[in-house]
Amino acid sequence: MVPWEPVIGLEVHVQLATRTKLFCGCEVSSADAPNSRVCPVCLGLPGALPVLNARAVDLAILSALALGCTVHRRSVFARKNYFYPDLPKGYQITQHDRPLATGGVLEWMGAGGPRRVRIARLHLEEDAGKSRHEGPEGPEGRTAVDFNRSGAPLAEIVTEADLDGAAAAADFFERLRELLVAVGATQGSMEEGHLRCDANVSLRPAGSDVLGTPVEVKNLNSFRYLERALDHEIERQAAILDAGGRVEHETRSWDLETGRTLAMRSKEEAHDYRFFREPDLPPLDVTAERVAALRARLPELPEARRARLAASFGLPEAAARQISGDAAAAAYFEAVVSAGLAPRQAANWITGEIARLLKEARLTIDEAPVSPCALARLVRQVEAGTISHGMAKEVLERMWRTGDDPEAIVASEGLARIADEDHLGAIVRQAVNANPKAVAQYRGGKTLVFGFFVGQVMKATGGKADPAIVNRLLARELEKA
Amino acid sequence: MPPESGRPLTALAIRNAVRAGRLTAAQACRAALDAIDVHEPRIHAYISICADRAMEAAHRLDADPARVARLPLAGVPVAIKDNLCTAGLRTTAGSRMLEAFVPPYDATAVRRLEEAGAIIVGKTNCDEFAMGASTEYSAFGPTRNPVDPSRTPGGSSGGSAATVASGALPIALGSDTGGSVRQPASFCGVVGLKPTYGRVSRYGLIAFASSLDQVGVLAGTAEDAALALQAIAGADAADATAAGRPVPDYAAALEHPVAGLRVGVPRALVADEVDEEVRDRFDRACEALRAFGLDVRDVSLPHARHAVPVYHLVASAEASANLARYDGVRYGLRAPHDGSVIGMNAATRDAGFGRELKRRIMLGTYALSAGYYEAYYARGQRVRALIRADFEAAFREVDFVALPTAPTPAFRLGERLDNPVQMYLADLFTAGPSLAGLPAISIPCGETREGLPVGLQLVGRMFDEAGLLRVAHAFETGAAGRNDGA
Repeated sequence: MVPWEPVIGLEVHVQLATRTKLFCGCEVSSADAPNSRVCPVCLGLPGALPVLNARAVDLAILSALALGCTVHRRSVFARKNYFYPDLPKGYQITQHDRPLATGGVLEWMGAGGPRRVRIARLHLEEDAGKSRHEGPEGPEGRTAVDFNRSGAPLAEIVTEADLDGAAAAADFFERLRELLVAVGATQGSMEEGHLRCDANVSLRPAGSDVLGTPVEVKNLNSFRYLERALDHEIERQAAILDAGGRVEHETRSWDLETGRTLAMRSKEEAHDYRFFREPDLPPLDVTAERVAALRARLPELPEARRARLAASFGLPEAAARQISGDAAAAAYFEAVVSAGLAPRQAANWITGEIARLLKEARLTIDEAPVSPCALARLVRQVEAGTISHGMAKEVLERMWRTGDDPEAIVASEGLARIADEDHLGAIVRQAVNANPKAVAQYRGGKTLVFGFFVGQVMKATGGKADPAIVNRLLARELEKA
Repeated sequence: MPPESGRPLTALAIRNAVRAGRLTAAQACRAALDAIDVHEPRIHAYISICADRAMEAAHRLDADPARVARLPLAGVPVAIKDNLCTAGLRTTAGSRMLEAFVPPYDATAVRRLEEAGAIIVGKTNCDEFAMGASTEYSAFGPTRNPVDPSRTPGGSSGGSAATVASGALPIALGSDTGGSVRQPASFCGVVGLKPTYGRVSRYGLIAFASSLDQVGVLAGTAEDAALALQAIAGADAADATAAGRPVPDYAAALEHPVAGLRVGVPRALVADEVDEEVRDRFDRACEALRAFGLDVRDVSLPHARHAVPVYHLVASAEASANLARYDGVRYGLRAPHDGSVIGMNAATRDAGFGRELKRRIMLGTYALSAGYYEAYYARGQRVRALIRADFEAAFREVDFVALPTAPTPAFRLGERLDNPVQMYLADLFTAGPSLAGLPAISIPCGETREGLPVGLQLVGRMFDEAGLLRVAHAFETGAAGRNDGA
C-alpha cells in the first residue's frame, strides 16, 4: 500500500511583550488576582472605545520582518463576531482581509537537513479572557470568568501547509519561538501560554499533489503536545483511510489527559463570524520610515547566528544550536572566546556547567555571577595543568557562590594540582606497599587493578594529584619489583 | 429659566449673569429643576432627574467665584441624553437591558461640558439604544411633544429636544446616527446640530452604529449651540476616530457676514414624498436666505434617494455587533435562565431588548452573514461611497446644501408604530449627510397652520460647523428681525 504523507499548516498565536494591552492601558499580567487588571475598554462596557497600542504594532512589525514578510503600508481591523462569556464585546477585534503582513518564510537547519516553511500572514488581534468551569454541567455548575487576559496583544502567524510531519511541526514551533524571543517580540513563556498553536492536518498518498480533507486540531500549547497530538491525529486519519473510510472536515481538540484528539464541531456547525471592518479604529497606516527604523533594530537572528557560530568557530551542530538560540548566550560565548579560550572548550563549559548552574539558580545567562573573563581564566588553569577538570567544576561553584577570582580560590584552598614528583612518589610507594594483594593480582596479569591504585593515590591527595604524573610513577613502581 | 417673559434665558445669558454675580448657579439650577417638575407630567422628557447631585454641583461652583469667572458655561443647567455615560449616574440607553446600569466613567462630551461649568440636571428619554424616530421605542414610556402633547417629539433624542423646547433649560446633549438630533429639533422647534463625524469624541456614547454615531447639541439658539459645541469638540486620546484638527472659535464665527455664500438646493429630491406645508416653509426659508444675500441655486444629489435603505443596512449591521456585549455576563440585566450559557444569553437578550431592537439585530446579522455580505453590507458601503461623492461634487459648487430636516411635521403618538418603513422614512433627508459624515444643523423655519414647527436643514463641508452656525445665526436673527418688523 502507498504510505500516507501528512500535510500540516500551523496557526500560532503569540502574546506580544508589551507592558499594556492592545486597546487599553491595563497592564498585561497573568499573576494577579482575577479581574484586577481590567477597565471599561477590556470589559466591553457600554460606550468604551479601543485605542491601538503603538508598541504592540512595533513588535508585530519586528516579528513580520524577522519572518521576511512584507509589511503593508495600510492594514485594517475587523470585528469577528461570536458569543462566548469570556469575549466581553461579543466580537474580537482582529485583522481579516487586510492583515498587517503577508508572504514570509522561516528557514532553519533541521536534523534531516535544511527546512523551509512559508508564512502566509501575520496579523494583530486581541486575546479573550479565561473561563473556568466549576462543578457539574448545567444549573448546579458554575462558570467563573477572569478578564485579566482580555485584550492582551497577540500576533497571529499562519503558515502555508509546508510541514510534512509532527516532528517537523514541533521543530518549526520551537524555531519560531526562538526567533520571536530573539527579536524581543514575546517573552515566549510556554507555561504562561505566550505561544499557542492550532494545526491543520490532512493526509494524501505519498507523492500525490492532491490535498486530503483537512482537520483542525486546537489547543496545542507545547512543543511536546504539538508533536504528540499530530502523531496521534496522523495515525487516526491513516487508520480511517486505510480502512477505506473518509476523514470528516471538522475541528478537533487535543485532550492532554487521554492523549487523543476529540471532535469539537463539524464544518457544518462552523461559526459564521460575520467579519466586517472595525468602525472604531481607523486603518493602520505604517510608514516606510517606521518599518525601516524597526528593521534597523533587528538583532542578528538565531539561524544566521547558528550558521555563523558553526562556520567561524567550528562548533558542532548541537552546541551551535544551543548557544545561538539566545543572544545573551551567544554574546557570553563570544566573550569567553575572545578572552582566549578555545571555542569548543568555551561551548562545552557554557552548555554544560554554566547551563546547569543557571538552571539551578533560575537565572538567565546575563545574570550569571561568573563573568566570561573569569570563566576563561578558570579554564586556562585546567589547560595549564594547575587544577584537574573535576576540581575546576568545584572552583566554578565557589566562584558562582562567592564571586571570588578562580586564582584566589585555588591558592587559598590549596586546590592546585600536586605535580611534585618526590611528594607524589612517596604517596605512590605507600599505596603499593599497603596493598600487596592487588600488587600480586597486577603482576599476575590483571592490569585492570591499575585503576584501583590511581584511585588510592587520588584519594590520598584529595583529587589534586596530576593524573599524568601519577600514571607514570605508578607504572614504574609496579613494574619495579 | 423663569419663563415669565415668554422666552427662556439662553445659556449665554445665564452664563453672563452667573459670571457677573447677578445669578447663582444654584438659582439657575433650581429654576431648571422647578420648570422640569412643571413640564414632566405632560411631556415625560426624562428617565432620571438628579436634583440633589445637580444642586450639590451648583453649590460647589458658587463657592468658587474665581473659577466661575473663567467658565464658558458657568452655572448653565443642561440635560444629557440617556445613552451618554455619566459616572455614578444611572445610564439606561432607554433599555430594560441597562435599567440598573451605573457607569463608572463619564463620556468625554459629558466631562467636558461639566468642566466648562455646566450643571447636569437629568438624563433624557430616548428610543432604545437610539434606534427610532419618535422616542416611542423607549422602555420607559414615550416622550410627548411640548408643542402638542398628542404628537411625538421625534427621536431618538426626543427627551433632549422636548426639554429644551419646553424652556426648562437652554442646552441638552443628544446623539445623531441618521437624524436623531436634527429630526427631533425640527419636530420640537429648536436648533439641532450634528457635528462632523469625528468632531466630538464618542467615548462614553453607548454605541448604536459606530461609523455614524455622533454626539450632537439641542439648543434654543444657534449661539447656544455654538457655546455647547465649543465645550465638547476636539481630539480625545480615548477615541481613535475623534479628529485631531483644531477647534475654531465658533462664537467669533457667528459674527461673520453671510452675504455671497452659496447654498445648493437638490430640487428633485425635495419634490418627492414631502408634506406640502413642509415644502412650502422650506421654499420660503430658501427665499429668506436669498434675501439675506446668499446665493441660492440648484444642485444635484443623484444617489441621495437611496440614503434610507443604505443607512438601515449599514447601521443595523454595526448595531448587531455593538449590541452583542449585552449578554448578561458582566453588567446589566441577567434574566432567569436554564443554567446554560446559550440559555442565559438568549433569555437575557429576549427580556432586555424591545421589538425594534430585535428587528434591527436580525436585519444587521443577516446583512453580514456569509453568502449575503456582498449583496447587502458590501453593496451598502459602495452606495454610501456614491452618496458621499455626490456631496463632494455639490460642495465644489456651493458652500452648503439646504434640505428640509424631515419630510413631515411631528406625527401623532402610535401613528407609525406598526409601520417600521414609514417610521424609517423620517430619516429621508438626514440619513444622507450622516452616511457622508458631514455636519448638519436643523433650525426652526416656521410652523404649519396647526402650529407645528418645521425645520430647515443645512449641510456643510467636513468640519465646517462654524459656517453652519453662522448661517443659522443669521437666519435666526434675520428672521426674528423681519418678524418684528412685520
